[in-house]
Amino acid sequence: MADTEQPEAPVELQSRNVVYCGVCTLPPEYCEYGGTVKKCQEWLEKNQPAMYERIWSPEALEAAASSLSIDAQKRAAKDAQKKAAKAEAAEQKQATKLATSVVTIKRIERNKKKFVTAVIGLEAFGLDLKKVAKDFGKKFATGSSVTKLPSGGEEIVVQGDVSDELEEFILEKYKDVPEDNIEFVDDKKKK
Amino acid sequence: MFKKDLPVAPKQKLKSSVQRSLRNSLLATYPLLTPYIDEIMPKKGSLESMKLPDRNTLYVLDSVPLFYQQDGSDLLPHLKLVHRFPQAFPSIRIDRGAIRFVLSGATLMAPGLTSKGGRLPVEGAKPLEEGKEMEQGIVEDGRWSRELAKGEPVVIMAEGKEEACAVGILVAGTDEVKAKGKGPVVEDAHFLGDGLWCLHA
Repeated sequence: MADTEQPEAPVELQSRNVVYCGVCTLPPEYCEYGGTVKKCQEWLEKNQPAMYERIWSPEALEAAASSLSIDAQKRAAKDAQKKAAKAEAAEQKQATKLATSVVTIKRIERNKKKFVTAVIGLEAFGLDLKKVAKDFGKKFATGSSVTKLPSGGEEIVVQGDVSDELEEFILEKYKDVPEDNIEFVDDKKKK
Repeated sequence: MFKKDLPVAPKQKLKSSVQRSLRNSLLATYPLLTPYIDEIMPKKGSLESMKLPDRNTLYVLDSVPLFYQQDGSDLLPHLKLVHRFPQAFPSIRIDRGAIRFVLSGATLMAPGLTSKGGRLPVEGAKPLEEGKEMEQGIVEDGRWSRELAKGEPVVIMAEGKEEACAVGILVAGTDEVKAKGKGPVVEDAHFLGDGLWCLHA
């Protein structure tokens, strides 16, 4: 959500160009309802100082507060707090999920000297498996496809034994994946 | 309607004949858009459609969402479009206390409109008359110049805010809301921060 302004804006007088918050994507005047108020404020102060002045100045806040009864204000504040806590919890959960999810690189023996390499678990890092598979195929000049696992979920199967290079490639290309979270498995065919 | 995040579906290019008919129905629903229609949907542009859950279709131009439609009902503008052309859509305004409920997907109830901070169409306004579609607009203080009927699409503004916060279909006419002063007014709206808003087309 890096784009702060509307991506397309034909230069004509009639269309208004609305600035959106870079943190919660809402128009900045609605940031207070987004649950990430603190971060939104920081962002706005940095990127749109004029707007920050207008929305978060003491006078503006006072005007906003005066139109609500004290009781309603309290309730709203409580609600906002709850929402913020929720957003924070979700963020933390995401972070732990990232930290604990493991990418498994599996070398599977197909036929004595022939191997395929399967990569499981990349989707946890927000990667589009289909695109990644295409990249693998391009890098190693082999077939590379997304296949469904019987246990549900999907894996990428690359033809040939490319497990070592694959690890390097993943680390280099997808910086989100920590090195420690990559695991090798050697799958021998049973006799 | 879109409380949950939406899955990204593949987009399909629309035929130019379909585009043309969409354009016409858009103008029929929102006559005030007429001066801007070439800017919203350039004749050359390639409009795409995306299927969403619950038989909704989203129309996208150059990966900017324009409007959506549920199963043959009226076209509803995406909020980003409303923000670009706020004056072209009939609007009502809610008071400050109601904003946080609307932004978490609640049904909009009449007291949020009838209270001091809310704005309904002006007193003694007439319903839509044939041939006078272009003569409506915001008169004094954020009030629309005519009564809005049940089933009409409406943009929901908010007290003290410049931008619209939701879009939906009226389940009660504005005259009825004024008379009764309670009950639901807009159900299942598309609001800021919902799945449709967050969708990356």
